[in-house]
Amino acid sequence: MSKTPKIELSAIRKSFGNNHVLNGVDLVVPEGKSMVIIGGSGTGKSVMLKCILGLLDPDEGSIKIDGQDIIGMGPQNRDALMRKFGMLFQGAALFDSMKVWQNIAFGLIQGRGMERKKARDIAIEKITAVGLGTDVADLYPAELSGGMQKRVGLARAVAANPEIIFFDEPTTGLDPIMADVINQLIVEQVKQLGATALSITHDMGSVRTIADYVAMIHEGKIVWTGPVKELDKSGNPYVEQFIHGRADGPITRRVA
Amino acid sequence: MDTKSQNISNPVFNIFQAVGSALLTFLQKTGKLSAFVGRSVYHSFTPPFFPAQLWRQLVDIGYYSLPVVGMTALFTGMVLALQSYTGFTRFNAESAIAGVVVLSVTRELAPVLAGLMVAGRVGAAIAAEIGTMRVTEQIDALTTLSVNPFKYLIAPRLIAATITLPVLVLVGDVVGVYGGYVVSIYNLGFSPGSYISQTWDVVEKMDVISGLIKAGVFGFIVAIMGCYHGFHSGRGAQGVGAATTNAVVSSSILILIFNYLLTQVFFS
Repeated sequence: MSKTPKIELSAIRKSFGNNHVLNGVDLVVPEGKSMVIIGGSGTGKSVMLKCILGLLDPDEGSIKIDGQDIIGMGPQNRDALMRKFGMLFQGAALFDSMKVWQNIAFGLIQGRGMERKKARDIAIEKITAVGLGTDVADLYPAELSGGMQKRVGLARAVAANPEIIFFDEPTTGLDPIMADVINQLIVEQVKQLGATALSITHDMGSVRTIADYVAMIHEGKIVWTGPVKELDKSGNPYVEQFIHGRADGPITRRVA
Repeated sequence: MDTKSQNISNPVFNIFQAVGSALLTFLQKTGKLSAFVGRSVYHSFTPPFFPAQLWRQLVDIGYYSLPVVGMTALFTGMVLALQSYTGFTRFNAESAIAGVVVLSVTRELAPVLAGLMVAGRVGAAIAAEIGTMRVTEQIDALTTLSVNPFKYLIAPRLIAATITLPVLVLVGDVVGVYGGYVVSIYNLGFSPGSYISQTWDVVEKMDVISGLIKAGVFGFIVAIMGCYHGFHSGRGAQGVGAATTNAVVSSSILILIFNYLLTQVFFS
């Protein structure tokens, strides 16, 4: 394992007005490992992911990718950095005006200037890799089921062989069988690429299938982190409450 | 009661607070819009460019707006001729109708009405499309795929609207004048030869050019307001609906304001 972490967050803070979403997040993701962030809704998981991707600017702290601080990076360096990333969005975020193969090949053609014919061949290859038939290539996203859209989103995320892949709630809205299929595909694709993965999820099935390491976020701070095999014996009351889905515990919900 | 509590309960303090808060919000929004305009213009002139996107927008904004702008100009020219005739006959000034029609159409009516019609058709569509892309995270997806949304989504719309609206207005000028001609000849009994010669005698190059410059500015306004409100759309269907309404209302008002300012510059 390389000594320099692939992703390193130090003391990240982010507020929206008086709403302090991230209150000093520290997180290290080693190269080639799969880290899963767990935590309740509104605890700052998505905001943290968006800060790493540069979609939001943190108020304080540092984010390092391969040891390089990326906060305040110029647009050109940022564009180059983004080539290291792939992302599967919660709702797949497929471009509805484009066919499936065009969605998958989009980053290759528009972002990297690849020839259309070659990009289409790669798209077809990725469609097969995520377990879909090649006939899906010429359909539009609206013609696909939720599970198929997730598979296409996954194919798009891995199309350019990224070094780092983010998964935002990859199994939300899917039935348990389809959720397991997506989890297995994620493991398979991440292993095949040798990529570093960072996922956020509520689904404990996903956590146990795709994680090497787990971090628990609560009120904008990482309250526990460790290998997935230690999750059940963490001794952390927040983790205990969350993984067992108990209403009673240190995590309280404000009900209006 | 401490000083702070006394200030809060003081009606004069409350008025200052409300005015100050409104002013700060206005300045904040103006700054946000200015930064957005600056970024959009910068990315319109710096590579990479997306010619296929630009072509799509030229067709969507320009070609598909032709019927709307053409119909608007035609009936405006026709009504203008009829109304002018009704008024001018009182002063035996019927011969001025051709001049009134051509000047009104080229200087004001074609650019302003085309701008407002395109704001309704195109501005709303831009805001709805980009707003939906924002809500469904498609704009974030563009960024993660190493494609700058300003270059891919906004620059082509901005360039296309700024180029096509003058072309639409030029067509509107011709159609509007023709509308006035048709009513004057077939309804009011004017002689075709004298109507055309009166039109040519009155119109000057600057009348047409000023209208086309206005149209370019209006096209820019329509596209930038559509993109701005779509890009900053709130969540859900309500957010996209509000973005669409704001895009049309703000671009329509800005068109009327800039029409006055440009008229002042060209003809004062």
